[in-house]
Amino acid sequence: MENLLHVSPSPHIHAKRNTQGIMLDVIIALIPALIAGIILFGLPALTVVAVCIVFSIGSEYIFNLLLKREQTIFDLSAVVTGLLLGLNLPANIPLWQAAIGSVFAIIVVKCLFGGIGKNLFNPAIAARVFMLVAFGNMAKAAYPTIVDASSGATPLVLISENKAVDLLDLFLGKRGGAIGETCVLALLIGFVYLLIRKVITWQIPVSFIGSVFLLSLAIEGFDFNAALSWTMSGGLFIGAIFMATDYTTSPSSRFGKLLYGLIAGVITVLIRFFGSYPEGVSFAILLANILDPYIDLWTTRKLFGGNKR
Amino acid sequence: MLFSLNGVHVPHRKNTAEMSALKMDSPKTVTIPMSMHIGKPSVPCVKAGDKVFVGTKIGTQDGFVSSNVHSSVSGTVTKITDILVVGGHNVPAVVIESDGENTPDPEIKAPQINNREDFVNALKESGIVGLGGAGFPTYVKYSTDKPIEYLIINGAECEPYITSDSITMVEKSENIALAIKALMKFFDIKNVIIGIEKNKPKAISVMKKLAQDIDGVTVKVLKSMYPQGGEKVLVYHTTGRTIMEGKLPIDVGCVVSNSTTIAEIGAFLKTGIPLTHKCVTVDGSAIASPKNVIVPIGTALSEVFEFAGGFKEEPHKVLYGGPMMGISVPSLDLPVIKNTNAILAFNKKDSLYPKSTACISCGSCANHCPFGINPPLAAKALRNKDMEALEKTGITLCMECGCCSYVCPAKLPIVQNNKLAKLELLEFQKTNKEGNK
Repeated sequence: MENLLHVSPSPHIHAKRNTQGIMLDVIIALIPALIAGIILFGLPALTVVAVCIVFSIGSEYIFNLLLKREQTIFDLSAVVTGLLLGLNLPANIPLWQAAIGSVFAIIVVKCLFGGIGKNLFNPAIAARVFMLVAFGNMAKAAYPTIVDASSGATPLVLISENKAVDLLDLFLGKRGGAIGETCVLALLIGFVYLLIRKVITWQIPVSFIGSVFLLSLAIEGFDFNAALSWTMSGGLFIGAIFMATDYTTSPSSRFGKLLYGLIAGVITVLIRFFGSYPEGVSFAILLANILDPYIDLWTTRKLFGGNKR
Repeated sequence: MLFSLNGVHVPHRKNTAEMSALKMDSPKTVTIPMSMHIGKPSVPCVKAGDKVFVGTKIGTQDGFVSSNVHSSVSGTVTKITDILVVGGHNVPAVVIESDGENTPDPEIKAPQINNREDFVNALKESGIVGLGGAGFPTYVKYSTDKPIEYLIINGAECEPYITSDSITMVEKSENIALAIKALMKFFDIKNVIIGIEKNKPKAISVMKKLAQDIDGVTVKVLKSMYPQGGEKVLVYHTTGRTIMEGKLPIDVGCVVSNSTTIAEIGAFLKTGIPLTHKCVTVDGSAIASPKNVIVPIGTALSEVFEFAGGFKEEPHKVLYGGPMMGISVPSLDLPVIKNTNAILAFNKKDSLYPKSTACISCGSCANHCPFGINPPLAAKALRNKDMEALEKTGITLCMECGCCSYVCPAKLPIVQNNKLAKLELLEFQKTNKEGNK
């Protein structure tokens, strides 16, 4: 049996991109937001994010070790989860809470459901909601160190009390909130990077943010300033660009993505205007995650030349 | 045509695009399998000790979908033996020892064609099969009573590396013109569309010149996108017509033939020499100097590689055809057959299938499928043995082009799974039918 060659099924060439590469692109896209967060909230912001990343990787590593599974931490998805969760927490959160949140995200939301690709919810979003419910101090967001934090209210609270908010400050992130969610500029840079690298498509972020903007505009009686303030506050941009576009928990067809973004946008607005929480993005994404399999079923592509079946 | 079908952008790697084809001398022996086409293997009509010439018929077609086989050298038949071909079948093969003279068969003469029927018979005699890779006997395509509105000549050549079709278009354009004129005359075809991907400027300019001289011939420059040369894809992108599931191009008034097939038809009409030689692209990461070589059919791969200049690295994987749909061969002793358009040899690094990881539901496979199949849904149905759900996914439409596997970031063997799903579904439908009787 000498001279036997290697045989394998076609195709024999593959695109360079792999899961690790996609995750690396997401990490790179989040770096502007991380830098903005450190500038705005100081070094504690970096500590929170670092704790989240370390505990995310660590819990996935230990989980795989204990269950004798193949080690999956090198696909970098745990880093993305930790980074996203960290950016979604206020800078003044106690570090033990950040650690518990990370472990919850990885173990409960991701690993127990079968690991990467099998989770029903976006781990970072589910963990944030878990922490919102579990720890009372989550809602009291930190204020940027370069802003006078005399009032403890976040812009969302201010807007609901009809107080003026400076739009440029909002765009640059000079407001209270989570580490990575405030600087819209940095998030948009990440969005453009992801689009250029074709990691995500425009449909979910645009329909999500667009529907929130249009609905706010309608509810506010076509007051553009108010609608823009609503849109740029809270976690809408980081949620729409980085969390709602998670492959596993979002639809894959173009139309499905538009629909998914729209549903998340409507739920966000409903919670913001009519619910008891000031912020609804996390809940909206979580609820949209639940609908994802159904949206996928409703929006399957038509077969080219397919008979009726 | 409202939209174009999806596909992937594969690297072109057309290293041999500017190289005219070199003619290879006849090897000492050729091994010519009786199955170089889709359909029933032909039956050897020579026996050991017989003297044959270039173009002597050595295999007679058996049944409707089958093809004649001819000798590619002159010499003596040494034996008729079974050989293992790709796909795992044993088929009879005629082994001929060449006398090195390459004497053409004295009985060969250009066919006399007066009508459609004569033409089909001539094609039958010629042993020409679809040379794009599938190897479907060409005469079967044309033996139809339905009107042919469009003859579509497939010069897309969307696979990486391969340039044998475009070289044939450039160097054998006279034969192509001859064949087109004859086909238009006898089959009453009014429109001929030559579809070429836009990354082949030389072939496009030659074919455009040809189109100026013949009324009704147009060249359609196509986007460089894999799988542009897939039959259904090409028909849709040239005429806007959709071939429905289970139908053939003729059902929408089209016949699709590869450009090299058309050139071979032209050569046969002119001289009566059947299909005995094949232009083959020799390339790949293990090849020292890529080339286009005109090879006598039945020559062992090892001899073609040697003629082309040998290997610069030890070959670990060798393919018949391009890297997207080509078949990897187990041994270099296998011969070049009729529908071989390229033989590619890869080094160890390029031979290994990348490691598969978990599906991350990115949807790339579904979004790149030309026909809109959702492979993860099919995989799930197959896992659950839910044949009704599997049927609904339209997996039977899959043409195994490989776009899904190519783009998959988790490097899952999606095409392989699709093939399995198609087989299981077919099996299920067969037993179900029998059960209902």
